[in-house]
Amino acid sequence: MFMIFGKPAPLLFGQLLLGIINGSFYAMLSMGLAIIFGLLKIINFAHGAMFMIGAFVTWGLLNYLGINFWFALVLSPVIVGGLGLVLERTVIQRIYKLDILYGLLLTFGIAQVLQGVMTNYYGSSGVSYNAPDLLSGVLNLGFMYLPVYRGFVIFAAVIICGVTWFLIERTKLGALLRAATENPALVQSFGVNVPRLIALTFAGGVGLAALAGVLAAPLYSVNPDMGSELINTVFAVVVIGGMGSIGGAILTGFALGIIEGFTDVFYPPGSAVVVFVVMAIVLLARPAGLFGKLA
Amino acid sequence: MKTISRRNVLGTAAVGAAAATLPARPARAAGKSLTIGVCSDFSGTYSDVGGNTSVACVQQALEDFGAANKGYDVTIIKGDHQNKPDIGAGLARQWFDSGVDLLIDVPNSAVGLAIAGVAAEKNKAYINSNAATSKLTGSACNAQTIHWTYDTYMLSHSTGGAMVANGGKSWFFITANYAFGQLLRDQTEAVVKGAGGTVVGDVDYPFPQTTDFSSFLVQAQSSGAQVLGLANAGKDTVNSIKQAHQFGITQSGMKIAGLLIFINDVHGIGLDIAQGLVLTESFYWNMNDQTRAFTKRLLPKTPNNYPSMGQAGCYSGALHFMKAVDAIGVPAASSGAAVVEQMKKMPTDDDAFGKRYVREDGRFMCPSYLFQVKKPGESSISWDYYTLLHTTPAEKTFAPLATEGCPLVKA
Repeated sequence: MFMIFGKPAPLLFGQLLLGIINGSFYAMLSMGLAIIFGLLKIINFAHGAMFMIGAFVTWGLLNYLGINFWFALVLSPVIVGGLGLVLERTVIQRIYKLDILYGLLLTFGIAQVLQGVMTNYYGSSGVSYNAPDLLSGVLNLGFMYLPVYRGFVIFAAVIICGVTWFLIERTKLGALLRAATENPALVQSFGVNVPRLIALTFAGGVGLAALAGVLAAPLYSVNPDMGSELINTVFAVVVIGGMGSIGGAILTGFALGIIEGFTDVFYPPGSAVVVFVVMAIVLLARPAGLFGKLA
Repeated sequence: MKTISRRNVLGTAAVGAAAATLPARPARAAGKSLTIGVCSDFSGTYSDVGGNTSVACVQQALEDFGAANKGYDVTIIKGDHQNKPDIGAGLARQWFDSGVDLLIDVPNSAVGLAIAGVAAEKNKAYINSNAATSKLTGSACNAQTIHWTYDTYMLSHSTGGAMVANGGKSWFFITANYAFGQLLRDQTEAVVKGAGGTVVGDVDYPFPQTTDFSSFLVQAQSSGAQVLGLANAGKDTVNSIKQAHQFGITQSGMKIAGLLIFINDVHGIGLDIAQGLVLTESFYWNMNDQTRAFTKRLLPKTPNNYPSMGQAGCYSGALHFMKAVDAIGVPAASSGAAVVEQMKKMPTDDDAFGKRYVREDGRFMCPSYLFQVKKPGESSISWDYYTLLHTTPAEKTFAPLATEGCPLVKA
């Protein structure tokens, strides 16, 4: 058998693919965080909870209302986005003028409340959600068996990341958003409703988290801790990519997924820390992150 | 006139919170009052296999014992150890100091071992029903501790032995990298090798932060082993089995040995994926008329969660504790060593486990049952999940006394 570094090549190709799948989630979540931080300067610690709520809403839509995965893909982000909108208007907007740490504390508290409520109702083992029949098979790629659904996740993540990046970086709406954060007063004077724009941005960011939650529901058990387990890694991704850099978040997300995948083969107990080791090294060399600009 | 300041309010709240954690303690001499503390995981990985259902089981034990009719005033308190040994030991110390007579349940081997030390130091009775480590009756055994329900020796020999006997000679392990997972893996490895099998690979994954097992599963698959041994528990087992299904591992002929699976996990996985799994428990609610009668009495207290073996062990253990207290009297029972000694003298008898006994090292001796999970079509009523394959008698279920190294046992 063809070997690389003492490991069979098919195994490494398999890990590469799995790394890309995990990277898809890192990319989707860190992108939403980067948008919210870049435009609102809020370190949204409730992002993982929104991801978790997105997965639970998907499960609830099917179990209480009989609405399937494909509709949930649209409905769940809209519902969670709505929740984000309410949160932004009622609570979060009150702290824009305060130090950045208050936002961190507030959103951390919101995350704890959401997690506690879900644990109370659904237990910590969570509930299960099956992939739609259309995507339930297994593909034999020669070097590994790839569940069709996981292939779909990569495909969906690339499209979601691409479209979001394009919207923010290449359209008039995106330009407006970026201008509003640079100089809200000036943009307001052009007749743009800046508070509404910011609220919608927050809703859009958490909607992205919910969308990732929908995609994650069939992969992992839907449980109240699923977001908090992921969020630390995702924050490391954002820091490595450069706070607020959307393209950086996407690329770093995929790259770290792959690094983590290879760690699983060469030294499994280290897979939980490798991301943070990379973060420490990057911060030493480039304090603003790989794609960030120093203020 | 007293003004209400912020500081006053905070002070009162703090005292109130502290008081709430201390059991109300009417003068002991006046009546027969006792306090039982259920220390468990109420919010994390193991909360469905311990948690509130364990509390309900202790309540059931008091009802079946007829505590109120016999003039006992028993208070049950509960505390969450959050799967952290330092929190568990601190809670145990505080409870014992404030008059808790029995501490029970405690899933998670690391926490379970920490509390055993505190129970010995404070001379208070401790029944562990939900941690797996066989060290509780081995090097860490003491005169205050009884290990009820199951241990790693039982799991490795019953499930592991059965898999090897059925032709599963080559194994690949996926192990939760802490005291419990490593011990369970080592003991199973010994069983596999002792029966002429081989271990072709092993990955230790970080606990408790791992939720995605796909890369370990792909490694297991590419190893070509016949059996995938899962040395983990709770939510981790549920995730590994579901993901193994996604990667076509079972479909490709590899067998899964879930070394510690509870009925609550099977419920979470669902029969369509869990069907055919082989596992070991020492209690199954649908085993016989007694177990069904016990479960029927219990269910109104815990309608969404049927009892697993660990939870049923809380029932059986608490019931036996009450009988022992009744025999020696409440004042004498404030010594943990005295009441545990009495529990070892008397045979146990309850609906969940039948007529059994507690060995001198503190090991509750019950048979273990090898079950296979039913196919969806075979399950007729809710939570009807198991078919019995094999029964191992109590003396074969647990390690022989002489081999354990328990200091209580004289050579």
